[in-house]
Amino acid sequence: MAVKSYNAGVKEYRQTYWEPEYKVQDTDILACFKITPQAGVSREEIAAAVAAESSTGTWTTVWTDLLTDLDHYKGRAYRIEDVPGDDTCFYAFVAYPIDLFEEGSVVNVFTSLVGNVFGFKALRALRLEDVRFPIAYVKTCGGPPQGITMERDILNKYGRPLLGCTIKPKLGLSAKNYGRAVYECLRGGLDLTKDDENINSQPFMRWRARFDFVQEATLKAERETGERKGHYLNVTAPTPEEMYKRAEYAKEIGAPIIMHDYLTGGFCANTGLANWCRDNGMLLHIHRAMHGVIDRNPHHGIHFRVLAKALRLSGGDHLHSGTVVGKLEGDRAPTLGFVDLMRDSFIKEDRARGIFFDQDWGSMPGVFPVASGGIHVWHMPALVNIFGDDACLQFGGGTLGHPWGNAAGAAANRVALEACVEARNSGRELEKEGKDILTKAAASSPELKIAMETWKEIKFEFDTVDKLDVAHK
Amino acid sequence: MSEMQDYKSRVSDPASRKFETFSYLPQMTTEQIRKQIEYIVKKGWNPGLEHTEPEHLMDNYWYMWKLPMFGETNVDVVLKEAEACRKANPNNHIRLLAYDNFRQSQGTNMVIFRGKTV
Repeated sequence: MAVKSYNAGVKEYRQTYWEPEYKVQDTDILACFKITPQAGVSREEIAAAVAAESSTGTWTTVWTDLLTDLDHYKGRAYRIEDVPGDDTCFYAFVAYPIDLFEEGSVVNVFTSLVGNVFGFKALRALRLEDVRFPIAYVKTCGGPPQGITMERDILNKYGRPLLGCTIKPKLGLSAKNYGRAVYECLRGGLDLTKDDENINSQPFMRWRARFDFVQEATLKAERETGERKGHYLNVTAPTPEEMYKRAEYAKEIGAPIIMHDYLTGGFCANTGLANWCRDNGMLLHIHRAMHGVIDRNPHHGIHFRVLAKALRLSGGDHLHSGTVVGKLEGDRAPTLGFVDLMRDSFIKEDRARGIFFDQDWGSMPGVFPVASGGIHVWHMPALVNIFGDDACLQFGGGTLGHPWGNAAGAAANRVALEACVEARNSGRELEKEGKDILTKAAASSPELKIAMETWKEIKFEFDTVDKLDVAHK
Repeated sequence: MSEMQDYKSRVSDPASRKFETFSYLPQMTTEQIRKQIEYIVKKGWNPGLEHTEPEHLMDNYWYMWKLPMFGETNVDVVLKEAEACRKANPNNHIRLLAYDNFRQSQGTNMVIFRGKTV
């Protein structure tokens, strides 16, 4: 047995936590950090410090270190890479032994990986770019309550993306008027409508009244159209007790799907709610309010691909992913990268799409990416081409802003969607022939024709702030 | 801008009922149906046919027409079966399904012949 003796004082982190020869284990949780160091600190030392501060280390040696087998528990910085096109920072790869973490706890993993270390003084900035969850850890998490395949069976939707809409104005409607807006959307051909994330249980519309009116709207639209419908009832609440109370009531009145904000609500509440949904046959839509605070700065925070992985582990059947083409942030290649991370079973490392590790999800169900924000019928060909069938496309203003109202707006979107899917299946190139496909479809849909006239000119062409790291040409 | 139109859909009118994928487009022509079968076959999915009386269209289980055509890649054979199903059930909705045995789901599912709603 190796004998170590105790020497009080401050050691260089690199002596313990920098191991370039370390052979990564299949069970390790791997992390890629983008580190922007303070001047004058070596890359190896700062990478080792990040590994130490996010695992077993503290700033000084302590005698109790010798009561355990540190080699079994410590995180190790094992590789350093340049960031293409940016000399101010570098990538550090850290391997964490699986025994550092509680099973099935997204909370515990993130408390370590993005805990105190993010305030560490020797760093100017720190960003968690990607995390590889080993299949051994994935298997301890519940994941999506139903998943893509099961949701399709529940809702009877096959061979096309789901079509939704967020009810607007986002705040201030009474429950009965709100139910009206839902009914109009669903009878016009949408599959799903959504509570805006800010809608919880305010004085202008308490949750219970909203649930009752919305459920009546959903059921009537089903009777009228013969199709399955749903409305994401937002159960995000001030306390877990209140959240479960609302979820139970949604189930009691027969709603198929509820909704939660997983970042403001928190991973603990989200994982609990996902488990509840699995036990109760409910679908769970996930909103991501606050993500922009965490993921938008290219040098600091957590990349959304990591937040997306956290959600897939914690549990949710839908997750907002950006649209690529709409009003919100999102570059095409990295967006497609994390969209695949949400829904595929195995995703290969692919730096061109911002994926730093192979990720094996095994049999964990996939999550529907939700494309929402500033999209309308003219975006449909691109959206169908970019996202394929396994996505939920949500047109808020693009439905409710139709000159003839929600039902007509919904029908316009539904016709446009089906025309694009039909054309794609027939071998046509959507983004090239989009205009022709939509124009032909509009010949038998006055609702689509008017929609195309209304939104023709709207464009969002600002540059993306958070781009992939690539060398400057 | 043309004049505002009322949205014509009524609970009391069976013709207002839709039937999921492609039900907001006009009835497909034979040529269009052929293209959809080609797509299914090219994807490696197994084509199948189901039908129902229009008043029961919300049920999960429609009547299966024979068995799914496992491994069938000949578009004409599938089309002929669809025609045969239609001839035997002229008043029913007839849908074309594509079983994806790897995902244990349906790759697609569309009504290709529309039944009598009244």
